Amino acid sequence: MLTDVFTLTQPEKEKRLRDELTALVAHHRRACPPYARILDALGARDDAAALADLPWLPVRLFKTRALVSVPEDQVIRVLTSSGTTGEVSRIHLDREAAATQSRMLARTLATVLGPRRLPMLVVDRAGVVGDRRSYSARGAGALGMVNFGRDHLWLLDADDRPDIDALRTFLDRHGGEPFLIFGFTFMVWTYLYEVARAHGLDLSQGILVHSGGWKKLADRAVDNAEFRRRLGADTGLTRIHNFYGMVEQIGTVFLEGPEGGSLYCPDFADVIIRDPVTWREAPVGTPGLIEVLSTLPTSYPGHVLLTEDLGVVHGVDDGHWPGKRFSVLGRLPRAEARGCSDTYQGGTA
Amino acid sequence: MELEQLRTVFRNALELPGEFPVDELEYRGNEKWDSLAHMSLVAAIEDGFGVMLDTDEVIDLSSFDRARQILEKHGVVLTD
Repeated sequence: MLTDVFTLTQPEKEKRLRDELTALVAHHRRACPPYARILDALGARDDAAALADLPWLPVRLFKTRALVSVPEDQVIRVLTSSGTTGEVSRIHLDREAAATQSRMLARTLATVLGPRRLPMLVVDRAGVVGDRRSYSARGAGALGMVNFGRDHLWLLDADDRPDIDALRTFLDRHGGEPFLIFGFTFMVWTYLYEVARAHGLDLSQGILVHSGGWKKLADRAVDNAEFRRRLGADTGLTRIHNFYGMVEQIGTVFLEGPEGGSLYCPDFADVIIRDPVTWREAPVGTPGLIEVLSTLPTSYPGHVLLTEDLGVVHGVDDGHWPGKRFSVLGRLPRAEARGCSDTYQGGTA
Repeated sequence: MELEQLRTVFRNALELPGEFPVDELEYRGNEKWDSLAHMSLVAAIEDGFGVMLDTDEVIDLSSFDRARQILEKHGVVLTD
């Protein structure tokens, strides 16, 4: 599998990212006064001996503060996360940051999709992106992905019912060559897997890219391994790539490797798992809070963020691609989050 | 082929009026050209000129002028 963004071993990556992210810390400190005040209050220095020494922001800070590092008239897009409480993150992109994030997302996904746009099955309804004024996170995620496909079929009708006839027609036309399937994890399971199994449909040429987490499937006892096993056994679909990402670090996705079970960090990003009590970096195999690092956020200080997700590193430089490989274990339990557990959960791209 | 054909494709896909000047248009520079309209525009360009664009080109297609250059790369030369 050819790739140009899953290439760096961990020592190479740490050296490169430490330098680039240190420069970004200094940049945002100059350009974003609220960020500078936070770093001053933390006593953070501009130089870091290691990636783990870089100062992080809690991801939820983007819900309560306008954090932006470019003049207002250069902001061309403001992205918002989903929020049921009315609190949403607001992420400000200038032209350069917007272009870079879509280019790097494309390079990341090209690793598993190739450079050509494939016929695309979206496990959602077209209406999810229909209202331009108020995209849901679901809509934004789907919209970020449609560039990677052609001849799109939106599987669900206006009432969220799968259109079996349209799916059959799509598979008759495109099912004999590689095609792209995109959807949120629980929707892929509910609306595609169960339908394909019931109707004996062949998805063996599909390449599935999915995100959103396992919480909604927990009551059906479906985890990542079971998801992969049953899709393979019952529909022939074996090229399956989960990903983890958030609007606060738009364009950066941590992508499941072809062997399944581990997420990998592209060359311009990394994760650090932190002990939620001591904040020290947790060793391989020990769960903790996920910190995400990325060089893409140049127009807002989202380059080093502590999430409210729990994760675990499985290994370093010992997998299909180099670097750390890890899993997301779910949300920090509410009680421990001290009422701060309403952040955006789904992956978006 | 005539550049006017590309102008027509842009106006139709972005739902702009018949005489709307599109030569200086940039992605997100006009409220009609958002990411949703971008999909329609790409499909209309592919249909209108018989080309297939790669993912990189879809992302790179950020202005009317870039569209013209990308078509040129595919052997479609448009004269004004």
